[in-house]
Amino acid sequence: MTARIGVVTFPGSLDDRDTQRAIRLAGAEPVALWHKDKDLKQVDAVVLCGGFSYGDYLRAGAIARFSPVMEPLIEQAKAGLPVLGICNGFQILTEAHLLPGTMLRNNHLHFICRDQKLRVENAETAWTSDYTAGQEIHIPLKNIDGQYVADQRTLDTLESEGRVAFRYLDVNPNGSNNDIAGVANEAGNVVGLMPHPEHAVEPLVGTGRTDGLPFFTSILKKLVNA
Amino acid sequence: MARVVVDVMLKPEILDPQGQAVQRALPRLGFDGISDVRQGKRFELEVDGPVDEAALARIHDLAESFLANTVIEDFTVRVEEVAEAVK
Repeated sequence: MTARIGVVTFPGSLDDRDTQRAIRLAGAEPVALWHKDKDLKQVDAVVLCGGFSYGDYLRAGAIARFSPVMEPLIEQAKAGLPVLGICNGFQILTEAHLLPGTMLRNNHLHFICRDQKLRVENAETAWTSDYTAGQEIHIPLKNIDGQYVADQRTLDTLESEGRVAFRYLDVNPNGSNNDIAGVANEAGNVVGLMPHPEHAVEPLVGTGRTDGLPFFTSILKKLVNA
Repeated sequence: MARVVVDVMLKPEILDPQGQAVQRALPRLGFDGISDVRQGKRFELEVDGPVDEAALARIHDLAESFLANTVIEDFTVRVEEVAEAVK
């Protein structure tokens, strides 16, 4: 028996198939979820993938956040269901107030697509336990609304509670506060980041490394050993 | 029918790179004397029925939960007089 991990497809999602593939490569079973689903098909965890749900109209993630599937997702995430938000998925999680802060347009106004060096700051969340704290990884980054911002009090809380999960290294690609690339909620079951681990799971493509795979093996181990 | 206008602006302390880009383009276009530009959003809501206190309260909730992200944005709600069509 393995873990069943849901991947939600919204109108405008782009990386649902890559995310399903990454889950399969890690040894878990991907389960396709649709934005109109009113239940989560009893999955053990959910990934909100990248893309441009609803064309990023209003604000990135603002409309997807009110999709039918988000209702059970928000409720169950608050009760401990592991949820990972990648890029647009991260934006949706902040709009749903499952993660603090929000994303603004990159400070230089350009779309970025590059391999990005990150430091894993917190290796104790549901999605990062197969990393070691301080580990440096390379995974792709591709977005235009990637500048993480939060008020000073929120930033202080995140820093003091170790909830900055990932930080940009060498260069801050978008003006994010405190070089923040990803954050976790208080319980560590909800994690969001702008870079794309699902694009770095095979040597052939992406960064040519498999630095993103531990996201998916972390959650699998946690669920199977639970 | 009445119109309610919701204006959404980035909070003053939030960097507005789009507004800055517009401002930087102004001298090139021959517009001088403008020291800052902030870009925002304006929503025009056509309301069925009277715009009473209850309707405005509902629109305020809508603005707070959906039209604006209060982590980074402020908003204002106001009723706009719609001129009667002249016969």
